[in-house]
Amino acid sequence: MSDTQTPQAPKGAIARFLAASPDSVGKTIFVAVAICLVASMIVSVAAVSLRPVQEANKLRDKQLNVLQVAGVYEPGMDVAEAFASFEPKVLELASGAFSDEFDATTFDDAAAANDPALSVALDNDPASIGRKAKYRTVYLLKDESGAVDKVILPIHGYGLWSTLYGFIAVEENGNDIFGLQFYQHGETPGLGAEVDNPRWKALWSGKKLRDGNGDLQISVAKAQGAAGPDHHIDALAGATLTSVGVDNLVKFWMGDQGYAPFLAKLKAGEI
Amino acid sequence: MAQKRRELLLDPLVDNNPITLQVLGICSALAVTSSLKVAFVMALAVTFVTAFSSLFISILRSQIPSSIRIIVQMVIIASLVILVDQVLKAYAFEISKTLSVFVGLIITNCIVMGRAEAFAMQNPPGAAFLDGIGNGMGYGLILMMVGVIRELFGAGSLFGITILETVNNGGWYVPNGMLLLPPSAFFVIGLLIWGFRTWKPAQVEEREFKIQTVEGH
Repeated sequence: MSDTQTPQAPKGAIARFLAASPDSVGKTIFVAVAICLVASMIVSVAAVSLRPVQEANKLRDKQLNVLQVAGVYEPGMDVAEAFASFEPKVLELASGAFSDEFDATTFDDAAAANDPALSVALDNDPASIGRKAKYRTVYLLKDESGAVDKVILPIHGYGLWSTLYGFIAVEENGNDIFGLQFYQHGETPGLGAEVDNPRWKALWSGKKLRDGNGDLQISVAKAQGAAGPDHHIDALAGATLTSVGVDNLVKFWMGDQGYAPFLAKLKAGEI
Repeated sequence: MAQKRRELLLDPLVDNNPITLQVLGICSALAVTSSLKVAFVMALAVTFVTAFSSLFISILRSQIPSSIRIIVQMVIIASLVILVDQVLKAYAFEISKTLSVFVGLIITNCIVMGRAEAFAMQNPPGAAFLDGIGNGMGYGLILMMVGVIRELFGAGSLFGITILETVNNGGWYVPNGMLLLPPSAFFVIGLLIWGFRTWKPAQVEEREFKIQTVEGH
């Protein structure tokens, strides 16, 4: 490249530098460092300046899902305003009592599930989640008189390809399901992803978790069991493994390892 | 000059399309075309990245040392992709959730890298920018065509608006579920390539070998 330079020497340090062969060692290192510096500055500025908007989006998304599963969402409504009627609480799963140790508005469920101090490894793990947090954020929807109307409980478990994350809404008697909704999953479009189908989700409304003897009878299956129609949700056609996964995870979270102590207290009117 | 600019912009749409002629960028074309909205945003993102990476690389082309030119190109492309990803997460959250990892994978899209290496390194910034837009649009055009077929026949809707009422929702149309799965995009793109080459026989590649014919039998 050096033999193609113009005969008269360029004036000034910058002009001389620009005219120098780009293949010299000095210039190679200079260009590499300069490009990296400029690029990293642009990327960091973008990441830092957009973070508040992104955090707000994530929060809004979660609130939106809580609203939807509680059946209060209408398109176009102000999510943050509507969400104000929900009271977040941190629940200790084992005792079924609310914990005052954590601030419910900032408690991070995902971090807690990975924190050895705040979670337990599961031996009996039908939902295939590996570790279970000892504390979960739950949401209470209260009526005008201040009494609990519905509780919104986070649930998750493995389907066919992916972990399904969602919420289940339970009525104040601690036994009737109001609704179920998954907000994140990677199941097959058209088959397993039909867990998002409004017609299938509507099947959950009014089902009962436990029978008269207090046994957990809820099931997602092709055929109705002996427990009767109140406890049976028809499985998704063509998505046997996803249905089995949903069955497992609902049984797990509604059972003794999950929210059963809390739901028992709710039923007894102690919440 | 105006003629040349036109060529830079419109050539990659049909005559030199990155997907159907050069067969680049297939991976993301399989992944993001199951719904039109997602395909459209992906097309915009790729067009933006290709155009601006070509522009910046072309401005710097006489200063980029040839020994590290690919790395320099990748740094520029990757920064632009992260920029797009961050903006989508902030202002199009729903769509960024669906696109997920595929925005990040624009970095590895051969079209972006291909235009940087083959065109932007040898041409002035204006031409490189137009070439980037043209190729992004060529990619986008195919994405939209595949998206229309997959969403309409796979889910009975276009841009999320129901066109054919599906049986699951009480209508009459039995959707072809296979069209929502990635392999179907292979068939659709294959048929498109066939169609393009029948329409423009100049795009048909020469045979790499010829089958020997035996005389007299």
